[in-house]
Amino acid sequence: MSDTLERVRKIVIEQLDADPDKVTEKASFIDDLGADSLDTVELVMAFEEEFDVEIPDDAAEHIQTVGDAVKFIDEKLGA
Amino acid sequence: MFNLSGKTALVTGATGGIGGAVARALHAQGAHVVLSGTREAVLAELQAELGDRASYAVANLSDPDSVDGLVAAAEAVAGNPLDILVANAGITKDGLLMRMKDEDFQSVIQINLESYFRLTRAAVKGMMKRRSGRIIGVTSVVGVTGNPGQTNYSASKAGMIGFSKSLAQEVGSRGITVNCIAPGFIASPMTDVLNEQQRDAILGRIPAGRLGSGDEIAAAAVYLSSNEAAYVTGQTLHVNGGMAMI
Repeated sequence: MSDTLERVRKIVIEQLDADPDKVTEKASFIDDLGADSLDTVELVMAFEEEFDVEIPDDAAEHIQTVGDAVKFIDEKLGA
Repeated sequence: MFNLSGKTALVTGATGGIGGAVARALHAQGAHVVLSGTREAVLAELQAELGDRASYAVANLSDPDSVDGLVAAAEAVAGNPLDILVANAGITKDGLLMRMKDEDFQSVIQINLESYFRLTRAAVKGMMKRRSGRIIGVTSVVGVTGNPGQTNYSASKAGMIGFSKSLAQEVGSRGITVNCIAPGFIASPMTDVLNEQQRDAILGRIPAGRLGSGDEIAAAAVYLSSNEAAYVTGQTLHVNGGMAMI
């Protein structure tokens, strides 16, 4: 399990007060984890802060699952 | 009722009549108050008067960087996250539209409205995480009624009202309320310079028959800051002796 995934999961669990078992790579923030639109904005901002990357709005729209976030961040960080 | 113990509040324009009254009132209800303004000596004096639970952070609202950093600076001096933001600072540059310079329009919009955007954007992040917060914009009766010679000022104040309603809808589910207070004519150094004729003309439009006081605006700020006002959001509370009934 990548370091990025663990850090993303930690943020998601904390931000959405989600059951850790449900926060898998395939889990959708909105459909599986009960996030609303404001939560997704907060998540993106938390990712930006944690990884010191900028996530533009058009990219943020496509980050719908835990795996999407990990993939985007890893690409940004060149990992 | 209206106990603010344990809360941290930032009041901009605290060196002015209304801002000072708001800061004193929030402090009297138990809040830790961070005073902000441009004049450090006046801020230090008010801080000394309030004693415990008071700090100050100098900021120049015409400087975007200074405004962007103010919430963080206030939290640093208070040692606690911000629960209450009272955006009270404002300026006027009156004149009839036909003679109004670009600079007079832009500076009023920048200091009154753009700084409200910057301050609330900074404040709301932490409030979202904590699932609670109070944002109060001090606007003006002329933002709703208009006033000749104040196109710039009334545009900025009406802008604050529309802005607050939109933000109230964005963050309502997170326990954050966003409201405005719209003072009418309040006794201040600005109204002290009016001559008797001007004064009578103003008083003739006010059913209460007198100017308001800063304390009467401060009481509205205390209410909107309180836990008791949790179900009041997106509103404008008019405190004007009845001069406009909206």
